[in-house]
Amino acid sequence: MKQSSLILLAALILSGCASKQKPIYYWGDYQAAVYQYYQQDKSSPQEQLASLQKTIEGAKAKNLPVPPGLHAQMGLIHSSMGNVNEAYNQFSIEKQLFPESAPFMDFLMSNKTKGAVK
Amino acid sequence: MRQVIGLFTLGLVLTLVGCAKSTPYNYDAFRQSQPKSILVLTPTNESPEVDAPFSLVSQVAKPLAEAGYYVFPVAVVAETFRQNGLNTGYDIQAVSLQKLHEIFGADAVLYLDVKEYGSSYMVVSSETRVTATAKLVDLRSGQLLWTGAATASSNEGRSNSGGLIGMLVQAAVTQVVDSMTERGHSVAAITSARLLSAGRYNGMLYGPRSPQYGTEQQGK
Repeated sequence: MKQSSLILLAALILSGCASKQKPIYYWGDYQAAVYQYYQQDKSSPQEQLASLQKTIEGAKAKNLPVPPGLHAQMGLIHSSMGNVNEAYNQFSIEKQLFPESAPFMDFLMSNKTKGAVK
Repeated sequence: MRQVIGLFTLGLVLTLVGCAKSTPYNYDAFRQSQPKSILVLTPTNESPEVDAPFSLVSQVAKPLAEAGYYVFPVAVVAETFRQNGLNTGYDIQAVSLQKLHEIFGADAVLYLDVKEYGSSYMVVSSETRVTATAKLVDLRSGQLLWTGAATASSNEGRSNSGGLIGMLVQAAVTQVVDSMTERGHSVAAITSARLLSAGRYNGMLYGPRSPQYGTEQQGK
């Protein structure tokens, strides 16, 4: 009687610890690339784009989706380099992958971003 | 023999109950709101480290997205505010909920504050600690959905060995290393995960994109 309760207790404790689920997204170096963007002089836009592209390829290889915001972040970098068409392309991809982003992506592609927040 | 077992069981029960030391959070508003997307704004900063808000906010997407929410790209959001002359967490967090909803179309907004970020040297120990608080507000109703706080330190799991002299040497050495930004950034990742991951006691609820969405028991 005592032994079976101990085993049950142990099983319950162990099952509580084993709650790690599989990640939904492939993260790669996405967050590091975002941090680099904030740090400005640490890496070039091209380096950040290359890093993000590598994350996209890593995701494909693992058959996992890229994280929310990755394509929009690429769009931001392209925008900062003056590549408007490529920026809009990335914002459109973000919108397609994550419909929750639609109002914001539309806003970014509307050319009315300055003076909008007051 | 019976008395020993009785005391042991009592001790075990007390320990388990002791783990749930604070009152359970009331998730009624959160469950009613069912936010699908979260807008994370630049954190306010109470630490002397200028980099602290960016270090923290660049690491919030992972716990929130894995919890099942669409997380707006933090740098793109920050750039949008920057183009409108708003740069600090204080300025950005002062923007009205109505304006935020108009521009971003998010279901909820997350206000973060960095309470501590950095290394301190306290004679016999030296540590890098990152402490942050969070407040989740429904952008449609203005209702408070959830608040949380978390801390992490580079000293966790570090053993004290070698007597007093050993500890002083250790403290001096680690202060030099801990002053580097990388250490704070790594600790901030842990703080962020503790603060914003779902499946934690009084933590964020799972969002619609998670397989665990809706699996939490009522009254958790």
